[in-house]
Amino acid sequence: MPIKILIPTPLRPYAGSKSIIEVNAQTVGEALGDLVTRHPDLRKHLFSEDGKLRSFVNVYLNDEDIRYLSKDATPVKETDTISIVPSVAGGR
Amino acid sequence: MALSIPRTLLEQLRQHGEETYPHECCGVLVGEFDPTGGKAVQAVVPCGNTRTDSPQNRYLIDPSELVRIQREALLTGRDIVGFYHSHPDHPAQWSATDLAEAHWTGCSYVITSVEKGRAVLTNSFQLQDREEAKHFKDEVVEVDN
Repeated sequence: MPIKILIPTPLRPYAGSKSIIEVNAQTVGEALGDLVTRHPDLRKHLFSEDGKLRSFVNVYLNDEDIRYLSKDATPVKETDTISIVPSVAGGR
Repeated sequence: MALSIPRTLLEQLRQHGEETYPHECCGVLVGEFDPTGGKAVQAVVPCGNTRTDSPQNRYLIDPSELVRIQREALLTGRDIVGFYHSHPDHPAQWSATDLAEAHWTGCSYVITSVEKGRAVLTNSFQLQDREEAKHFKDEVVEVDN
């Protein structure tokens, strides 16, 4: 089913400059897989060499962190929105 | 390239740093990118500092807040153009921790020094290049009255 993924500013150069991309998927993992198939340059910015999400990349299904759902296996509905947000932190 | 911000919004983020002193404040800058790479701030969104273990010298914005802010910005035709935080009793310069924890290439990272509870200097730095070669570049702040 079609589902929307919101792309953060720093990843848009690797995603055809789009802020919202529609993919076809039944799970979050499928959605991210379809995303990097459509935009291969995104892969190394989202995933480490072992195929896991990079440590600073957060993926949310609507308002829930997928790490606290069923991770990649989290099922999606057509009305759902996946958000990708790199972390924001620092300090003196 | 420059970061353009209305004076009222600049004062808002500086005041946030005074309110949270001696802890670091943090928040998101929402606005628009222009075709030349400059940014115009249209809203300042204060966030909570979730680094309760060391809030005097570290900050972390809850990703769920970022998700909400990004979604609302995109729905209204705007964007996240940067972030801000304070350095209590420390210069308004980026630190090694600031660079290591910065991942929003192209965005502004605004830092305000807060000395003895008073906001002093506010500087902006744009994060550049890919993750493996990232670096900050000094950025002009244009204050609109």
